[in-house]
Amino acid sequence: MKRAGFASRWLPILLLVPQLSIILVFFYWPAAYAVKSSFYLQDPFGFGQTFVGLENYSSLADSAEYLRVTNFTVVFTVLVTFFSLALALLLAVKADKVIRGAKSYRTLLMWVYAVAPPVAGYMGLLLFNQRWGPLTEFFNVFGWEFNLRADYFDTAFAMVVVSVWKQVPVNFIFFLSGLQSIPKSVREAALIDNRSASGRFWDVTFPLLAPTGFFLLIINITYALFDTFGVIDTLVKGEPANNPMTLVYKVYIDGFRGNDLGGSSAQSVVLMLLVLALTVFQFRMVEKRIHYT
Amino acid sequence: MNTIKFTAAAAAFALAGTAAFAETEITWWHAMGGNLGETVNKIAEGFNASQDEYKITPVFKGSYEETLTSGIAAFRAGEQPNIMQVFDAGSATVIGAQGATVPVQDLLSENGVDFDINDYIPGVRYFYADNQGKMIGMPFNSSSPVMYYNADALAAAGVEVPTTYEEFEEIAPKLKEAGYIPLVQTHLPWEFVENFHSRHNLPFATNANGYDGAEGTEILINSDEMKMHFTKVKEWLDEGYFGFFGTGWDDNQAQFEDGKAAMYIGSSGDFGGLTSKGMSFEWGSAYLPYWASITEEGYQTFIGGAALFAMSGKSAEENKATAEFFRYLTSPEVQYMWHRETGYVPVTTAAYELAKADGHYDRFPAAETGPKQLMLQAGENTRGYRMGFYVQIRDVENRELGRVLSGETTVEDALATIEKEGNELLARFAKTQG
Repeated sequence: MKRAGFASRWLPILLLVPQLSIILVFFYWPAAYAVKSSFYLQDPFGFGQTFVGLENYSSLADSAEYLRVTNFTVVFTVLVTFFSLALALLLAVKADKVIRGAKSYRTLLMWVYAVAPPVAGYMGLLLFNQRWGPLTEFFNVFGWEFNLRADYFDTAFAMVVVSVWKQVPVNFIFFLSGLQSIPKSVREAALIDNRSASGRFWDVTFPLLAPTGFFLLIINITYALFDTFGVIDTLVKGEPANNPMTLVYKVYIDGFRGNDLGGSSAQSVVLMLLVLALTVFQFRMVEKRIHYT
Repeated sequence: MNTIKFTAAAAAFALAGTAAFAETEITWWHAMGGNLGETVNKIAEGFNASQDEYKITPVFKGSYEETLTSGIAAFRAGEQPNIMQVFDAGSATVIGAQGATVPVQDLLSENGVDFDINDYIPGVRYFYADNQGKMIGMPFNSSSPVMYYNADALAAAGVEVPTTYEEFEEIAPKLKEAGYIPLVQTHLPWEFVENFHSRHNLPFATNANGYDGAEGTEILINSDEMKMHFTKVKEWLDEGYFGFFGTGWDDNQAQFEDGKAAMYIGSSGDFGGLTSKGMSFEWGSAYLPYWASITEEGYQTFIGGAALFAMSGKSAEENKATAEFFRYLTSPEVQYMWHRETGYVPVTTAAYELAKADGHYDRFPAAETGPKQLMLQAGENTRGYRMGFYVQIRDVENRELGRVLSGETTVEDALATIEKEGNELLARFAKTQG
């Protein structure tokens, strides 16, 4: 057997250079700079700075507010991930069964995918508007005095609803194609063995969807942690005050609004470590237990 | 022959070209969107048309925070504009970075523009000055918190405009009975904290309200007066005498425009916007109320809004152009135009007198409240405050005071938290200056 290879050992390196240099310039260099900044307290204009060691990290650990934001981020991520996946799965299972007009249904369900997060946020602002938002008025009918941006819980509720709404179509597309790739023969065999539709779903369909589901789980956690920035920014109008925010939004608030470069860098480093942990978790722990067909 | 002709023509053309482009060009980054931005462009066009040596180009850079951040990034890359607009809460950052800007007072006197700080309205003078009283930033869009009232609402309830919070407490039940939210505000830190201290001549921070330097400056927010005020505000909210609609300025002001709130505390700069709304009721403005239990007579407030800073690292010609622009900007006519179009206060006494002589305040009495409030009695705590990382401290104030109003925390805990986190931020800021 002949192995394909390069004649020169420099050619593959040369071919990799463009990609590597992009990663170097746009990822490693800024990341290294963030790590360095996190050990300093620096005048934003760059005139003065003091080396403070781990002080930026210890003040994060002592900060009640940082803990509050962390807690919210965890709850927010769990809620957004769970509801985005569950609703998308439900819709995909139902859409898979539709025969007449199937394409129109699917197109309509995927449509929202094209909406950018800040635009989704603006639509949320309109729907939940304090004075005349249709959803606000709807809640008022039931005696819920919905008050976006003045009440912590109400704002959190709006953030979760808008973020889920925005993410469902992506999951829907993946789940639907996952469902359609399950061989017909398997389904027919299941039909003989088990007459209950829900039983067939949990025993046969759901395990076969597991690889798709796991992939989506990671994608959705990342989405809830980072990509919801636009939704949060528009819903709090750039000024969270007593409203909830996520960790990545706090990096922006402290760094770009507050010009606290050191504190904000320390927060980014914490987030980098979080992403690293998530990646290790993805590759080491769970992939072993999931069987890809 | 032809070649010579051509060369000569080219040379002549090149010369003409240099003559035409001999004017010094400067840039001005600002945060004034919408109608305000158009008025900014009008000022720039006026300056460019008034002479042919200098040309200024205004560039809109987004919100106050975005403008400051892009200015900082540009400065670090050596691409800073000649003039940058920095808002009140960011002033400690830009003034603290000594070497980032040329003090406006030095710039003007070096370039032969007459400058006397006493030409400026008292409440305007020292907010952007250093501890020696030297003006560092040129006050530009300056406003002060005032109270607007719906005259029809007050008449329906049969009450007068209150001057003190004690008077407000007396009339609030009547306004509520008449179907109104008696009072809303639009910016808790600015109206109920920062200017609260000035209006009552209370110290807001140690080190002469922070003007004496960042080192060791501590915020003095956890005081009996603040506790009393916010306890009252929370009581009013629970009784239905006060409305709170979140941190968004417009969300609160909208309640007044809709005719639902009888009075609102806003900015003297809201005047222009309110006039253009064409609301169906009679309205006017009054001084920011004060507590008679704290001071017998109210003191002057200081300015909010933003100032123009001359960035360093520019050539002498460009600095000269910047100085000439400031001369134009502070002329009574331009200040009056700015005041008339936007509702921001004129920064010089001469401009105020011009507006008065022109009958502006006879036509729009509500426009005079801001400048007059800035000229009330002064005290040692009425010049302003200078605290680093104040944008973040304001975020803490907004968060904790918002939580008080939504019932998530108590006034005592909130003020203690603001004091603790505020002092941590101030100590951290002092280290950035090291």
